[in-house]
Amino acid sequence: MTATPLLELSGVTVHLADRAGATGARKPVLDGIDLALAPGEALGLVGESGSGKSMTVRAVTRLLPGGAELDGSIRFDGQDVGAMDAGALRAYRDNGVGMIFQDPRAHINPTRRIGAFLIEALVRNRGVGRREAEARAVTVLTEVGIDDPARRLRQYPHELSGGMLQRVMIASVLLAEPRLILADEPTTALDVTIQAEVVGILDRLRRERGLGMVFITHDLDLALAVCGRVAVMYAGRIVELREAEELHQRASHPYTLGLLGSRPSIDERAERLKAIPGRPVSAFESGPGCAFADRCAHVQPVCREVRPELEPFQGGLVRCHRVAEIALQEVQA
Amino acid sequence: MKPLQLLRRARAALGPSGTCAAVFMIVVLVAAVAAPLLAPYNPNAEALLDSFAPPSASHLLGADGIGRDILSRLMFGARTSLLGPALVVSIALLVGIPMALAACWYGGFVDSVIARVFDIVYAMPGLLLAVLAVSLFGPGLVPAVAALSIAYIPFLARIVLAAARQQRVSPYVDALSVQGFGAVRITVRHILRNIAPVVLGQAAIAFGYALLDLAALSYLGLAVQAPTADWGVMVSDETALQQGYWLPILAPGVLIVLCVLSLTVIGARISGERPQPYLLRRARKSAVAAPALTGAAS
Repeated sequence: MTATPLLELSGVTVHLADRAGATGARKPVLDGIDLALAPGEALGLVGESGSGKSMTVRAVTRLLPGGAELDGSIRFDGQDVGAMDAGALRAYRDNGVGMIFQDPRAHINPTRRIGAFLIEALVRNRGVGRREAEARAVTVLTEVGIDDPARRLRQYPHELSGGMLQRVMIASVLLAEPRLILADEPTTALDVTIQAEVVGILDRLRRERGLGMVFITHDLDLALAVCGRVAVMYAGRIVELREAEELHQRASHPYTLGLLGSRPSIDERAERLKAIPGRPVSAFESGPGCAFADRCAHVQPVCREVRPELEPFQGGLVRCHRVAEIALQEVQA
Repeated sequence: MKPLQLLRRARAALGPSGTCAAVFMIVVLVAAVAAPLLAPYNPNAEALLDSFAPPSASHLLGADGIGRDILSRLMFGARTSLLGPALVVSIALLVGIPMALAACWYGGFVDSVIARVFDIVYAMPGLLLAVLAVSLFGPGLVPAVAALSIAYIPFLARIVLAAARQQRVSPYVDALSVQGFGAVRITVRHILRNIAPVVLGQAAIAFGYALLDLAALSYLGLAVQAPTADWGVMVSDETALQQGYWLPILAPGVLIVLCVLSLTVIGARISGERPQPYLLRRARKSAVAAPALTGAAS
């Protein structure tokens, strides 16, 4: 981790223009995100809907909605992403990062053939010949487990199943040979058996090529399986960051514990699944203190008044005032 | 794709009414292009002995007051009558599409300014603008076409803008941006391509309106000038009207109406709001499963 990080976010804060409010108030959706990703490393971003996972990777690609304001710095391989001009940004999007979206059917132009979709970037941005580009596309399609790739190139997106189409999108990202893959819930739209297959393919090909990856999911187990480190997000902030192997044993933040506790288990029989009480809040709804305070079983007056910082605890980083006491209770229990 | 297959697809997309309209337009177009070969007479050859000759084997549609063959004049007239609106629609598209795409891509202030410009031009009646142009530059096809072109820009560009805005917010546009494509590539090769049916359909409808407008201007003596064969000019043949001969006026009139009608039908069929592949698929499906569908609906 001493080498230059591939991706480095420091104090990334995003405000969205609040159109409903006539005052021109700005809603924060990300609040001081600090992350660093080494080349070839996979980092998981886990959290509920609205916790800012997608907004984080959108900030990395500078694909924020209109009127959004970005503070803090995002560095890709030492370059400041926020300061890139149009040409540099296009080059960075072309061969620096590749993004896999949640819903491939919506994110691929439905009126173009799969072949046109796959080779367009190569032909247009890299000056690769059509024949050569198609040959490469066929190779990569085979790698992502699509049979009869030559025929697929001539088909339209609506002729492929969701799982197939997500493989096509993975193939398109691999074809661009980026150094960092941003996977925004790549398997949420797929059913569970296909999900395992697609994630397996993505994980294997990423490792073979030594690509960095930011993997967004709300499935904690999935993140633990494919990522080296996992960041748990809540209300636009990172509340816990830890090595994946250690998260099971050493999870310390009450929210992470809640997430781990609310998974179904094969070994235990339970009448009902445990749930975290209350509903997830957005960054702009949280008060001056800890955003999780209203749902936390360990809440103290200080939690509502003072915002906790992300501090080292047992080999990871945790954002909680009472983390030491809670850990002690867990051990005693 | 084989030509026959292409033809079958076109027929499916156009439907029965659209196919009839398309066939009619093709006939008119062929007659216009091949007029020098097909027309039985010189359109301006006068033969006073044939004055107001009724339809016969030598003059299929009769002759006008100074003995010019009406069929021949209709065929040559189709050339000026179709060339004018073709120019109007082409110029309006060439200017309007880039403006609409720029407005949709950049949004915000640029969008507001361009959309307001369209609104302002849209508020001016095309015919009035053309009359103004003729009064400034003298009668003729060029000033009339120029004025109508400007007036038709918003008519087409507003539709392009509305359809493009819909595409602009589609997730695939974001995905293309992240792949490193620029504004021109995405707007022209993806957005414009996807809305092409809407644009073409609207262009066909505009073609019909422009034909009608130019015919009206020629009728008033402001666009195409008198001895030249043109449908609008032919309708203005007063002597025929005064002497009770209706065919020299009715024939070009009917042609104008049929052309506008055909173009409107074709335009409406093409722009059926869905992207083309889906439209074709649906047409094929409904041909197979029509009874089941009507059963479900009732």
